[in-house]
Amino acid sequence: MGGGGVTASLEVSRLAYAYPDGTQALFGVDLRIGRGERVALLGPNGAGKTTLVLHLNGILTAGHGTVTVAGLPVSKGSLQEVRRRVGLVFQDPDDQLFMPTVREDVAFGPANLGIRGEELQQRVKDALEKVGMLEAIDRPPHHLSFGQRRRVAVATVLAMEPEILVLDEPSSNLDPASRRELAEILRGLDVTVLMVTHDLPYALELCERSLILSGGVIAADGPTREILSDAGLLAAHRLELPYGFTVGRGGTPESAR
Amino acid sequence: MGAGHHHQLYRPGDTPVHRLPPQCKLAAVAAFALAVVATPREWFAAFAVYALLLAGVAALAKVPPGFVLRRMAIEIPFVLFAVAIPFVGTGERVSLAGLSLSLPGLWAAWNVLAKATLGVVASILLAATTEPRLMLLGAQRLRLPPMLVQIAMFMLRYMDVIMDEMRRMRVARESRGFTARDVRHIPVVARSAGALFIRSYERGERVHLAMLSRGYTGSMPVIQDLTASVRQWLLAGTLPGAALAVLLGGALLGTWGVGA
Repeated sequence: MGGGGVTASLEVSRLAYAYPDGTQALFGVDLRIGRGERVALLGPNGAGKTTLVLHLNGILTAGHGTVTVAGLPVSKGSLQEVRRRVGLVFQDPDDQLFMPTVREDVAFGPANLGIRGEELQQRVKDALEKVGMLEAIDRPPHHLSFGQRRRVAVATVLAMEPEILVLDEPSSNLDPASRRELAEILRGLDVTVLMVTHDLPYALELCERSLILSGGVIAADGPTREILSDAGLLAAHRLELPYGFTVGRGGTPESAR
Repeated sequence: MGAGHHHQLYRPGDTPVHRLPPQCKLAAVAAFALAVVATPREWFAAFAVYALLLAGVAALAKVPPGFVLRRMAIEIPFVLFAVAIPFVGTGERVSLAGLSLSLPGLWAAWNVLAKATLGVVASILLAATTEPRLMLLGAQRLRLPPMLVQIAMFMLRYMDVIMDEMRRMRVARESRGFTARDVRHIPVVARSAGALFIRSYERGERVHLAMLSRGYTGSMPVIQDLTASVRQWLLAGTLPGAALAVLLGGALLGTWGVGA
């Protein structure tokens, strides 16, 4: 684990960050995600997950340390390219979908990259096809269901053909059916995924490897199954499996009651 | 989510007026309004021709008179203002049905009413035949200040979201036994409005982050390029063109009606 190809999709090294008011959020984060991996970033509320995510595409700039996306270091000069390579899907799709129609919203990213005309339309269609939302192309986002909006939000970054897809709490507020549909879509994508969540069963379902971010540092890194079966480790970082859900070290997850 | 109740000005259809590119219609309505405003108030016949022109557009766009009349309610404040002028105006007075009215006041009232009504009807017809979204694309195309166009675009997108948030806050207040009955309850409602403002502001920040994440650099990319042919510009130009012909014709012939 932890490696992959020659160039990692994402490499974070000794990343530290303090908010302008002096609150230190990250105390030296190190992580490496190989191309094609699906990794869950677990952590309790306030662990610095969102702060870390905002560093990955240069919205926040590191106080100390570096972020490298597919070999390209995040810096003032590389922001535009970094933002193409890192596709950030925000937690609230109403924040992500700001254009009057789905078509324009999905086109927003690639259009900012200078893509026009037929190629732009094709990118929009391909991205919507991948999330199964092509039939909603001309609808206004606020007329879609929450689950559909989340899928369109994923399409808006897929249209930029990112190196790595970063999802902030992808399963939050979804009903079980939408949750399953989104999992199927994510599993079918041919892209590196970093999923920030405290939905542990979802992490187990989708990601082979998990990281625990706690107190501003990476506290654990390993196969998701091992991490989730370590009750002591989870408890130390305020993580809990849902009631009645246990993870065996070897076999399949059992729902013991 | 309220299913687009702020689109009630728009009346879907597939008429030559609906099909015109929005930038042509916007420019045509603006030019028409200028011609109307430039017309001297004594030229009654000219105003009658303008009204007929608008009626023609409405017929072509298949917008029924009732649809236009109901939406003219927006003009009521101006009507009230106009009706007040003859009573408070100074100068020569005339007696009408036992009321003493100011003659210059009557002229001013007529001037305000006639021109405002024509402008309002033209705008209603524009809104009835143009989707709000396309209207903004047209404005963008006409190079109106991009910041204003973007603000209007976000208003269009987030109106429902914010209305919904407002409704949830009201439900939350009422669920805890609050009903706004008299002035003492105003501070509670005001605090809700404040909270709504903060929430919307924070949402604005999050939306901005989402835009930056997708490569936004300060200007909206052109996603749907609306091109207008010469024919479409000419067709849209018929309305202001006819109005301008009336105006110029009147100026050349000297007078169009009584007075002058």
